[in-house]
Amino acid sequence: MSLTPRFVDEMRAIVGKDAVVVSVEGRMTYECDMHTFYKGAPDVVVLPTRTEQVRAIVQACRRANTPIVPRGSGTGLIGGAMAPQGGVMVSMNRMASILEIDYGNRCATVQPGLINLWLTNAVRERGWFFAPDPSSQMVSSIGGNVSTNAGGPHCLKYGITTNHVLGLELVTGRGEVVRVGGKTLDRPGYDLTGVAVGSEGTFALVTAITVRLTHAPEAVKTVLAAFRTVIEASQVVSAAIAAGMTPAAMEMLDEAIIRAINAGTGAGYPEGAGAVLLIELDGPRAEVEVQGERAAAICREHGALSVSVARDEAERALLWKGRKEAAGAVGRLTASYLLQDAVVPRSKLPHIMREIVAIGERYGLLIANVFHAGDGNLHPMICYDDTRPDELEKAKEANEELLRACIALGGSVTGEHGMGMDKAKNLPLQYADADLNFMFRIRGVFDPARLMNPGKLLPTHPACGEGFRPQRPRLPEGTWV
Amino acid sequence: MHCGICLPQCPTYRVLGEEMDSPRGRIYLMRAVAEGRLDVTDTVTEHLDLCLGCRACETACPAGVRFGTLLETARADMARRAQPLRRWRLSDLLLTVFPDPERLDWVFGLLRRYQRWGLQGLVRRSGLLGRFPRLSALDALLDDAPHAETLPEYVPARGRSRGRVGVVTGCVQRHLFGGVNRDTIRLLALAGWDVVVPREQGCCGALELHAGGIDAFRGRAGALAAAFPDDVDWIVTNAAGCGSALRDAGHWLPGSRAARVAARVRDVTELLVDGDLPLAPLPLTVTYHDACHLAHGQKVRAEPRALLRRIPGLTLVELRDSDLCCGSAGIYNVLQPEMADRLLDLKLDRIRETGARIVVAGNPGCLMQIAKGARARNLDLELAHPVTLLARSAFGSSA
Repeated sequence: MSLTPRFVDEMRAIVGKDAVVVSVEGRMTYECDMHTFYKGAPDVVVLPTRTEQVRAIVQACRRANTPIVPRGSGTGLIGGAMAPQGGVMVSMNRMASILEIDYGNRCATVQPGLINLWLTNAVRERGWFFAPDPSSQMVSSIGGNVSTNAGGPHCLKYGITTNHVLGLELVTGRGEVVRVGGKTLDRPGYDLTGVAVGSEGTFALVTAITVRLTHAPEAVKTVLAAFRTVIEASQVVSAAIAAGMTPAAMEMLDEAIIRAINAGTGAGYPEGAGAVLLIELDGPRAEVEVQGERAAAICREHGALSVSVARDEAERALLWKGRKEAAGAVGRLTASYLLQDAVVPRSKLPHIMREIVAIGERYGLLIANVFHAGDGNLHPMICYDDTRPDELEKAKEANEELLRACIALGGSVTGEHGMGMDKAKNLPLQYADADLNFMFRIRGVFDPARLMNPGKLLPTHPACGEGFRPQRPRLPEGTWV
Repeated sequence: MHCGICLPQCPTYRVLGEEMDSPRGRIYLMRAVAEGRLDVTDTVTEHLDLCLGCRACETACPAGVRFGTLLETARADMARRAQPLRRWRLSDLLLTVFPDPERLDWVFGLLRRYQRWGLQGLVRRSGLLGRFPRLSALDALLDDAPHAETLPEYVPARGRSRGRVGVVTGCVQRHLFGGVNRDTIRLLALAGWDVVVPREQGCCGALELHAGGIDAFRGRAGALAAAFPDDVDWIVTNAAGCGSALRDAGHWLPGSRAARVAARVRDVTELLVDGDLPLAPLPLTVTYHDACHLAHGQKVRAEPRALLRRIPGLTLVELRDSDLCCGSAGIYNVLQPEMADRLLDLKLDRIRETGARIVVAGNPGCLMQIAKGARARNLDLELAHPVTLLARSAFGSSA
């Protein structure tokens, strides 16, 4: 669809002419997020600075019956921050201030475009940090983290984004400004904050977020253990958890990823190993010492080739920099890849790793693995050559096969990246018709005109949401879903 | 690759928050042009022209994308595709003058008259500049236009010689910061190097390269390389832009003499840092600004800081966002005065936070730009090249 000049003028009147992008060239750069496979340019991009402007934008869009798509830093991996039906993209990058830091109540209130890491940078000197740490935290926005209910390496111990969001200011699809939750622990009424977190802009635009701040632990120890194969390393994960340990993070990197990272950041991960486990322990110093010894012992019992501990903060920071930039560093191995985000129960890690190796061999594609082993959240990266027409198709088939293998093992279609365009079709694998219809009805409460980020999260359906019968991909027999 | 890790490091993205003015967005546009999805429209050119070429995105990129090279290639390509009778551009004039020593001498001669006869004051008061923002930006940079003095062609090492080095004197550096060249030579000799300074070395062509004038750069870099004798161990630069461009010569002139010279280019601080310099106390509080083409272009960050910390009594206060461009970027501050000024404002805010009265930077462009901002804001700031302070500490005064 295309918008009338009058509508564009209305947008200019709301946010100012320097905050409206209408050129073909400018809009084209907004046509995808990191999942470049899904493309859809908006008809106009607006960059508001205040809640009032956001409300006016939504109200104008309702009058013009125009879709509204929110966008943060565009680092999503699911085709979320793109406009398949055109319409207005609301880019939050100029709403990026910290509104309040309240150490007494252990919280901060921020605008949605604020970069995740910048909040930690602002409170670090006082010994605090913002715990949700998606690997893109150096660029992803907190609004985007809320939208997808993002995870990250340290959510094994600290929990995911929803565990750190205390309250939200929302502009709903009806164009009303609503405040849900707040600084106090147990607010009366419905827990609408929990409902809104992870709704991917299909309910409302988030205009302010009150988040929990966490005090930095006294000590941190990072153990690096190298193994012959990913499968061997996978066995350590369940063993450590079963032994009663709660590491802050437990990350797995395979040989291909190690090569890419070492070439990129020079992080110095052990070369030649089939896999490396990065185990981080934090807490009171005495406890961390003991836990570190235990972790090292468990790794050795399971045949680790080597076990070492980061000597100082600089070495630890470099290991993490390498880990967090892995998805970018893979660009050194391949021009294009599909990044999957699926979950298996952690006890099934060795099974799924065997399966992934087999799938890679079957399709003749390199599948690189770097993932949050501690919570069984996989991120296989299926590498392909986009200049060869058949390779993308092969990669897509391998991707679907992999996802079904995860579900067959009792897993989930997404761990932390959200649904977006990419995964909406997979949701019926996990929910019954009644569950999906209920979700449609909730969406209708926030957004009766169905203008908010259409085509995302929920599978597309013909009518009002009642009596929805989704197409279900076939699963292997005997699958428990 | 489309991960976006470069976004927060990009100065224009920091200011505008717009995808098409970020490295990821610019690459997207360049790729769309290459794939035939877009023509080279004025809008595409505008977004690429707004890029400072600071290469902060290269420092951030985990996939090792060489944005600077991509941009230079795209600019060259766009220049080729442009209409033969395109409109006259200020950049063409500047690029005609700066890299040519004789023309530059002539222009600076005019400038001295412009200033000495009180014309600058007259023009500034007339309000005429308000109507020509780019000329106004050019005028504001020029506070004082001194003579380029003749430098010695050879200075022997003090004490036992560690080897021979050649010094690149630059075009802007030679005219506006002649003292920096003299201090560079003195300090290198003091650190034990025999120093040669070829007289007819010309300009390195960095400004042309950044504007997409790749052939012009090849010619100049080749001529400069030829001016240096074969037996020098290192070719020393003291202007970040020159050093960065010369180090890239290997990419643009593979297998050539210039490429072999490129492999021996070092910033002056890289050589001085492992020398033994007797330094006297200077009770000063200074802060250090990372010139883009030192920090991002040449990965030189630690050496100048280490040298400054070696001066007894000197306190180095770290500058927040020290490697965010100050807006100078070659001739960018003249061509894009509005964005340059917004970045300069950010830089000055950060400088004020440090409380330091002296700002140290290893590039003449940054020194001019920040000095201009300090004058406009009436800030009492001294701008200095690292070698200026080192010379003051080593010899009692800088040149």
